[in-house]
Amino acid sequence: MTKLNRFLYIFGLVASWSLTTHASAVNLTGAGATFPYPIYAKWADTYKTQTGISLNYQSIGSGGGIKQIIARTVDFGASDMPLKPEELEKNGLMQFPAVMGGVVPVINVTGVAAGQLKLDGKVLADIFLGKITKWNDPALMALNAGTKLPNETITVVHRSDGSGTTFIFTNYLSKTSPEWKSAVGEGTAVSWKAGTGGKGNEGVASYVQRIKNSIGYVEYAYALQNKMTYAQLKNHDGQFVKPDDTSFKAAAANAAWEKVPGFYELLTNEPGKESWPITGATFILMHKTQDKPEAAKDVLKFFDWAYANGGKMAEALDYVPMPEKVQQLVRTAWKTQVKDKKGAAIWK
Amino acid sequence: MPTFLREVHMKRHNLLDILFRNVTCLSAFAVLVLLIAIIVSLIIGSLPSIKAFGFQFLTSAEWDPVMDEFGALVPIVGTLVTSAIALLIAIPVSFGIALFLTELSPRWLRRPLGIAIELLAGIPSIIYGMWGLFVFAPLFADYVQPWLIEKLGPLPILGPLFQGIPMGIGVLTAGIILAIMVIPFIASVMRDVFEVVPTLLKESAYGLGATTWEVMWHVVLPYTKIGVAGGIMLGLGRALGETMAVTFVIGNAHQLSASLLMPGNSISSALANEFNEAVGKLYTSALVELGLILFLITFIVLSLARYMLYMLTKREGSTS
Repeated sequence: MTKLNRFLYIFGLVASWSLTTHASAVNLTGAGATFPYPIYAKWADTYKTQTGISLNYQSIGSGGGIKQIIARTVDFGASDMPLKPEELEKNGLMQFPAVMGGVVPVINVTGVAAGQLKLDGKVLADIFLGKITKWNDPALMALNAGTKLPNETITVVHRSDGSGTTFIFTNYLSKTSPEWKSAVGEGTAVSWKAGTGGKGNEGVASYVQRIKNSIGYVEYAYALQNKMTYAQLKNHDGQFVKPDDTSFKAAAANAAWEKVPGFYELLTNEPGKESWPITGATFILMHKTQDKPEAAKDVLKFFDWAYANGGKMAEALDYVPMPEKVQQLVRTAWKTQVKDKKGAAIWK
Repeated sequence: MPTFLREVHMKRHNLLDILFRNVTCLSAFAVLVLLIAIIVSLIIGSLPSIKAFGFQFLTSAEWDPVMDEFGALVPIVGTLVTSAIALLIAIPVSFGIALFLTELSPRWLRRPLGIAIELLAGIPSIIYGMWGLFVFAPLFADYVQPWLIEKLGPLPILGPLFQGIPMGIGVLTAGIILAIMVIPFIASVMRDVFEVVPTLLKESAYGLGATTWEVMWHVVLPYTKIGVAGGIMLGLGRALGETMAVTFVIGNAHQLSASLLMPGNSISSALANEFNEAVGKLYTSALVELGLILFLITFIVLSLARYMLYMLTKREGSTS
């Protein structure tokens, strides 16, 4: 057999094999947030090899995910920003957290090492409001006794696109600075008072790395992968903490998930000595009344499997799995909230 | 051939002719219909925003998705200013390139140089954006911007254009990257039209003792002005609508600043950045209206250019 022939033969085999499996396999579809895309893709890949059920997730952004699930074009939607209970009610949706991550302030200041700079919510808000414009501002010096900060102008870097990351970050600033709350507020896109915008986490990361004396905020995974200089933050209990999975988990563990309806829980500024103050979960949205109970059941099975077996994979990609306690709450919510047309529970 | 056979032949010929004409006509009209459909859908999409903000949309610099208040001034200014910078740089450079290629370059160099310029036109715009952000911007921030700020910043009228901090990205950087992107378009059109100038005309001028510059300025350029203007328009069209490359380097900030070194925004990069995640009716509608405005700007600019050209040729007829 010539080389080409052999290639064609193998190609044909693969093609026919993939065609036949596709025809028989169940296909689940989801769309939404870009931030959890790597882990959803990893889970989906592993799940497919184990069960044969394939999941097609399109990372079109949280806003798009919400639109698609309301229009019922996908089996589930995904959003970094949880919907408020009344919005869920209005659209007949339920939501649950899938996986967590943290948002980290990153800086590029010559002579300041990773984890060396200390910030609190108010100072961070003032920097992003454009009120603190120099690195050697008295407010910054007071928090950082012993660290040498240059007399240079701060360049603020924010997201230029709408993003769940921005939502978590501005939610934290709103909680810690009344002035931020009244002047800017919280949202996936806000009216920035200072600085320049980068597209996506990677955009902000590359701007901060390239612009001297800059500060920005990115998902923890990006800070880690790009070896960026992150800052410590003062949390709700007045402790300075570093961003890592311990401090993210602490924030999640101290959150009162059972008390909030519809899992509308933002993990920013949580109490607890070790809690990282800008932590957030990413959410899955589903219809409460299902036209296709079989597909819905498969989606729930997938996330049940991901909760049980996906923790290690999540950690390998720098996400934080949901704590056991929260997983149980979510499974209970599935039982009580997701019904077929006759009103019978889909998840038993 | 008997007469009746010839008639049949003619008939079939006619039928084909009619068919052919209708097909081409249909294709031409399809473009027109498509254009109108796009305009109509843009208008319908931007109705909520037009109702909410009215004319103020064009003059307000506010862009606040939280409070649902939108104004298009920053992106409009950004689009116009970056395109103006691009043309300011690109026109003289392209003219130089075309002049060199047609008049001064040794014959063996013309082809490779010409091909290189055409290749430059074929590079996808995202490559320019990445190159701009990763290579050009840091060099610009380290070596050029500090000099601009120090030397031009304190000047009385020009000064405010060059104040700020050397970030590398910003309106000026976007303009320069755009210039690099449109140069191949303008230059290759200019070269092509310069080449069609009859040798007789040029040689007569040379024979009268004209310098190369005089031949270019008084013979070649007047002879080819429509083609040259067309090339410039092609470049301007590309500069106005360019998205990815600008998004990479303009800084994407909805802030109005006199300085060209500060970040700004352009219409197309605002759309590229924000459309995906725009939540809420008014936000989406405001973005669609931005698209409509870009459409109108391009339309107005191109019509103005056509009009200028028309006047130019008309006046020529009356004087000579």
